[in-house]
Amino acid sequence: MAEIFTAEHITKTFGHGAHQVQAVKDVSFVLEQGQVTTIVGESGSGKSTIARMVLGLLPITSGKFTFEGKDVTNLKGRGRSEYWRGVQAVFQDPFSSFNQFFTVKDLLYRSMRLIRGAAGQERLEEALGHVGMDLTVLPRYPHQLSGGQRQRVMIARALMMRPKMLVADEATSMLDASLRVNILNVLTDLRDELGMTVLFITHDIGQACYLADRVLVMEQGVMVEQGPTDDVIFHPKHEYTQRLLADVPKLHEEVI
Amino acid sequence: MATLVKAENIRGVYYTGAKDVVAVDDVTINIEEGEVLGLAGESGSGKTTLGSIISLIARPPLHVERGTLEIDGQVQELGGDAKIPRTWRGGVVSMLPQGAMNSVSPTKRIRHLVYDVMRSHDSKIKKDEAMDRARERITTLGLPPRVLDAYPHQLSGGMKQRTVTIISTLLNPRLLVADEPTSALDVTSQKILIEMLLEMLEKKIMSGVIFVTHDLPVLRTVATKIAVMYQGRVVESGPTVTLVDNPEHPYTQALMSSVLAPEPEYTKIRIEGMSSFDRSSFDAPAVIH
Repeated sequence: MAEIFTAEHITKTFGHGAHQVQAVKDVSFVLEQGQVTTIVGESGSGKSTIARMVLGLLPITSGKFTFEGKDVTNLKGRGRSEYWRGVQAVFQDPFSSFNQFFTVKDLLYRSMRLIRGAAGQERLEEALGHVGMDLTVLPRYPHQLSGGQRQRVMIARALMMRPKMLVADEATSMLDASLRVNILNVLTDLRDELGMTVLFITHDIGQACYLADRVLVMEQGVMVEQGPTDDVIFHPKHEYTQRLLADVPKLHEEVI
Repeated sequence: MATLVKAENIRGVYYTGAKDVVAVDDVTINIEEGEVLGLAGESGSGKTTLGSIISLIARPPLHVERGTLEIDGQVQELGGDAKIPRTWRGGVVSMLPQGAMNSVSPTKRIRHLVYDVMRSHDSKIKKDEAMDRARERITTLGLPPRVLDAYPHQLSGGMKQRTVTIISTLLNPRLLVADEPTSALDVTSQKILIEMLLEMLEKKIMSGVIFVTHDLPVLRTVATKIAVMYQGRVVESGPTVTLVDNPEHPYTQALMSSVLAPEPEYTKIRIEGMSSFDRSSFDAPAVIH
């Protein structure tokens, strides 16, 4: 399979002098076309920092990103809007990523500006269809939608660009377990039907296991393990991955 | 074991003007001394509303139409205009609201909050006395006493959640109602918090806990028994093991099936989750184990 995105020796440092914090330390990884890759780690492990850097929302200290063969490390202006047509994001909190005075229609129409030509309306219907919604949702305000519906609108907004790659940063963490499965199924359908590449960031190994083709494990800014899901989750080599797995509450096994 | 809490026939309604929403519909629960009752259900099932009614903080638009609360044999009427003695709030029943750890004032040190909480229940308490009590409690539960002098942003999420949990029980309530205390934490911090809650029960800081969450695997590790709520009613309740291993109500079964575990078979199968549960035909009778 083809590589769509590569990250080489990425480092991010916050602050200066004595307060300097290395949030991401020399991390390299490759995303394959049409695969779901998951980054797992505790809070503070640097996984969200990676997501923000991949999206170009946060400048990186050193390293190089390549998307479809082009260097996308430090994009600005037009180049960056062009990049965002190919790479879209869904964030953690569906309750705060909406402008509460905008209807769903306003929200989606604003994103439509990135699409050139008259294809907008078609794309909008198509995108809502992918997440199991229809045009009746357009006149609603965010407070009239449930958490799961809001998150699906956010995914639809991202899909309108027909992105080649979707970055989902803890996109299901604020949702109920029952809604979570629905969103994850939407993501797997997108992968299977549209061949979309997904970078999914989570602290929940259960979700990583259900969704991912490949898993990357982060600990305090360092990528300690990466590989196919079966290898990393069921035969973890690194001590940190083993500990993370041991801490996951299990529904059916004996409580130790 | 002695019965600690008996909440009977509770009905809570939101008066919203256009139409009334019945959030808790005739619910009865019991908690024995030393038990953790897990309240499970999706968002909108009424679990948080029930928690706030039991912790005596219901206020408009939420109205308690009916219900009694019995703690240690003392009966308190909840419905209508019943007057609830001030000493019950915080002293007998304490609530740890959802997202409490993010509601701590960012410009004040933790010790300020501690003094504030203590003073509002005992106006004569001295600052030193309040600090000593908090410090002792914090040390007993294995947290460094420096958290008292810290600002909230200097503590990690797990630490903040443990700190507010300790503060919510400084007055030694009989019952603690914890609303989604673990939902914003990563698995390692979840585990540490749960161990602390169980230790607090063992040390008799409080005698019972109502643990409200949608996270069933977490309940499995902490709860003695579970009540599953749906549309304001308890659809199934019983000991944790029975409920998890042999759920009988279709709603509970659907809820259990949407849990994702890191086990090999989950990489191969597709889970339909709640869509396997037909919401329109919901009329199966409640199951009490």
